[in-house]
Amino acid sequence: MYIIVIGGGKVGYYLSKALLGEGHEVLVIEKDATRVERIEEELGSICMQGDGCEAATLEEAGAERANLFAAVTDEDEDNLVACQVAKHKFNVPRIIARIGNPRNEALFKKLGIDVTVSATNLILEYIEQEVPTHPLTHLRELKEGELEIVEVRIPSTSTAIGKEVRELPLPPGSLLSLIVKEEGVQVPTPYTTLEAEDRVIAVTKPELEEALRNILTGS
Amino acid sequence: MKVVIMGCGRVGAQLAALLDIEGHEVTVLDVNSGSFRRLIPTFKGTALLGDGTDEDSLRKAGIEEADAFIAVTQGDNRNVMAAQIAKHIFNVPKVLCRIYDPLREELYQTLGLDAISPTTVFAQLLKEKLLA
Repeated sequence: MYIIVIGGGKVGYYLSKALLGEGHEVLVIEKDATRVERIEEELGSICMQGDGCEAATLEEAGAERANLFAAVTDEDEDNLVACQVAKHKFNVPRIIARIGNPRNEALFKKLGIDVTVSATNLILEYIEQEVPTHPLTHLRELKEGELEIVEVRIPSTSTAIGKEVRELPLPPGSLLSLIVKEEGVQVPTPYTTLEAEDRVIAVTKPELEEALRNILTGS
Repeated sequence: MKVVIMGCGRVGAQLAALLDIEGHEVTVLDVNSGSFRRLIPTFKGTALLGDGTDEDSLRKAGIEEADAFIAVTQGDNRNVMAAQIAKHIFNVPKVLCRIYDPLREELYQTLGLDAISPTTVFAQLLKEKLLA
């Protein structure tokens, strides 16, 4: 595969090194001359000095025959623009953008860049899974992110304790699917009472997540 | 008209002044509070510290009720990204952005962005003055 990588920082460098190791044809486009020099010294002449957001640079790089385009600079807006140029001007079939601000994932999708990778998000996900004190954990996305499965731990201060499921003003579109109690797993009925330290597995929409969390964990 | 301007440089501040004097409701966003010194002393609008490529900052600036959004920071890519957020996420009726690089201006016009390149405009102006 012919892969163009925009950005020759740490991410770009190690990414290119790995891709070369897998036998791909790689071209790194980097603005900074010192970085270009370093990459060429270590990985061979696979680097071009230039602005990966500029159509002229991408043309010179042969973007129209690229199979994959990865923009991995540390500026979200540069990655967005580079990807948009690659997609709309050169019709590169597969495009990946690195993002720093996790909220840009939805934005990039809306602007036509479907695949984004966010280190912030990846680390957050790990923290959520590893740190049990966090009251709401994302378990899985459903229907391309329209729905999600979350786990909510009922803290001892929650006003939901002692209430039956039917008494909770759950946001419409949210469903409590399982309750993991000390004594075992239950499928909740409208009459199931919530207790402290219960773990509730719920299906909800991303925009309702906060409301759901407030109802189950609020004090 | 309610206008949000991103970037309080010379152009942003001067545009803010022109609109403010005509009685429009202007909010200026900049990541550097020092930039607001460029606003005229009689400026009645709002100067807000914030990043125009961030949805929350734009919301704080009142983008949801804005009639127009103008991106005039020093960075072409920032302008393009902010303009796309204003247009496609917040559906602002009138969105303008500055792009120095004339090559990219063409591309963004094909993508539906109203982009103005001062490079092209100024070069044209100079040529007209020269040959007049």
